[in-house]
Amino acid sequence: MLSYAVRRLLEAIPTLLVIVALSFFLMHAAPGGPFDSERVLPPEIEANLKAAYNLDKPVWQQFVIYLGNALQGNFGPSFTYKDFGVSELIGTGFPVSMRLGLTAILLAVLVGCTLGILAAMRQNTRTDYSIMGFAMIGITIPNFVMAPLLTLIFGIYLGLLPVAGLGDGGMRNLVLPVVALALPQIAIISRLTRGGMVEVLRSNFVRTAHAKGLPERLIIWRHTLRAALLPVVSYLGPAIAGLVTGSVVIEQIFGLPGIGRYFVQGAINRDYTLVMGTVITYGTLIVLMNLLVDLVYGLLDPRVRYD
Amino acid sequence: MVKDMTGAAQRSALIEKAAEEVQGRSLWQDARRRLFANKMAVASMIVLGIIALMAIFADVLSPHAYDEVYWDYIGVGPMLENSHWFGTDANGRDLFIRTLYGARVSLMVGIVTTLVALVIGVTYGSIAGYFGGRIDSLMMRLVDVLYSMPLMFFIIILVVVFGRHIVLVFIAIGCVEWLTMARIVRGQTLSVKRKEYIEAARASGVSTPNIIRRHIIPNVIGPVIVFVTLMVPVVILVESFLSFLGLGVQEPMTSWGVLISEGAAQMENAPHMLIFPAVFLAVTLFCFNFIGDGLRDALDPKDR
Repeated sequence: MLSYAVRRLLEAIPTLLVIVALSFFLMHAAPGGPFDSERVLPPEIEANLKAAYNLDKPVWQQFVIYLGNALQGNFGPSFTYKDFGVSELIGTGFPVSMRLGLTAILLAVLVGCTLGILAAMRQNTRTDYSIMGFAMIGITIPNFVMAPLLTLIFGIYLGLLPVAGLGDGGMRNLVLPVVALALPQIAIISRLTRGGMVEVLRSNFVRTAHAKGLPERLIIWRHTLRAALLPVVSYLGPAIAGLVTGSVVIEQIFGLPGIGRYFVQGAINRDYTLVMGTVITYGTLIVLMNLLVDLVYGLLDPRVRYD
Repeated sequence: MVKDMTGAAQRSALIEKAAEEVQGRSLWQDARRRLFANKMAVASMIVLGIIALMAIFADVLSPHAYDEVYWDYIGVGPMLENSHWFGTDANGRDLFIRTLYGARVSLMVGIVTTLVALVIGVTYGSIAGYFGGRIDSLMMRLVDVLYSMPLMFFIIILVVVFGRHIVLVFIAIGCVEWLTMARIVRGQTLSVKRKEYIEAARASGVSTPNIIRRHIIPNVIGPVIVFVTLMVPVVILVESFLSFLGLGVQEPMTSWGVLISEGAAQMENAPHMLIFPAVFLAVTLFCFNFIGDGLRDALDPKDR
């Protein structure tokens, strides 16, 4: 188990390297630089600027310098937020994004599993159909449509919840963003749970349990759930990636000061260092989360062997 | 001896007659029948057809131009007198025609990009599946590595780096979305290559082109068609996502993502600007998903 974890961790390194290299070289292949402006700078000043950001060296050398700094957690200065380092910006944004993301994934798993179990237990009844209909809506309507619609209904027409911003940082301000972010995942997870449950409920060991006269509740909790939730656990990796992507839009819509907003602002302003810093942060997060999910899966499913 | 001969002749005549009575049905005829029996799928095809026709004949359906500004009507709701059926946007442009132009962009992005991904994915996947062995594992390892990356961010980087041109959006999304296609095609090729019926066909002397045409292609293409239909909505979504962030289609051209983004900014005083494009986008996505589900049920003979 431990050696498997270590090996997976080592395997993650080339993936991360590819992420860094791809984004670095793509960014540098871009026509036009961060200092292109209407105002033509005197050549000496431009040279000084380039020297300050190491832009005068060959690209591969810049890459090595960047990699070395990034390993120490230094993503260089931001091109647009002149007085801040990218690491600082990410440092301030990260807790906000993390809080949003973690709450959303918790909500998605809890609500998604409950709905899925409910639908499977009442298979082919009205409950089942309405839950699955809801899931279809949740999957097809993207969260950048859902978020404004939710705000329109709950924030403006009903006036129940704050429309945007972090306010005093209370949970009330996060309700709409978290729900909008979690909805598609709730939908997918409930479908997966229902599918898993329906399949397991038909399996031989559940029939045996019934034949032994075990009470229904025990069969569900002991026997069915564990097997039925395996697809959900293996979906958590993509779910996290989906949440991260979704959070970019959600932070933008609700004006939350997380890393997603920095990413979009950086992309629009061609702030190379900021974009790369956020992409590397996101990449690392997703790779590590996938690793964690795989390990948890191994713990839950006795059929998985590490070799 | 003679009697036997006549018996055999009779029997073969009987078989021929039976064959005439029970018309053989090909896989495709079967699939079509099953698809048209699926009410949701048929309804979706009709709705999608209507949206596509509206998009094509947008200029005939509305007297307004998509970039014409009406200074007297800025952000007003739907009205019938001036044929601003969906109202106007915050710049006083007719929302009906803009929504239809958005449909053009979205549908075009969906189809063209899916084709890009189809070509790359099928080529890559079939090469890996056909050669197998070390080439296969190397090629698929690359796919695995790319898979574990935050691809949306790479699309955004591509768009940022090479400018916000619509063609680039096509290529960027297509270059990223081919991964699953490659996996599906490779898996299918691998498994079909070794099936007993291929062996049987070969043993009974069917020529290789015929084996490929009659046995391999129909068996590989089913899942690919299903995946293609399910990929179109994903691509439309990605384009809307980019446009929503302001990284996709640029003014005065528009797309559903742009319209939704503008609508979201104005939703307090002009909710129609959000609702109409959002409904169009959602309905289109629904339709593609239902058609994809219907095709999957229709093309999978094992799952009757």
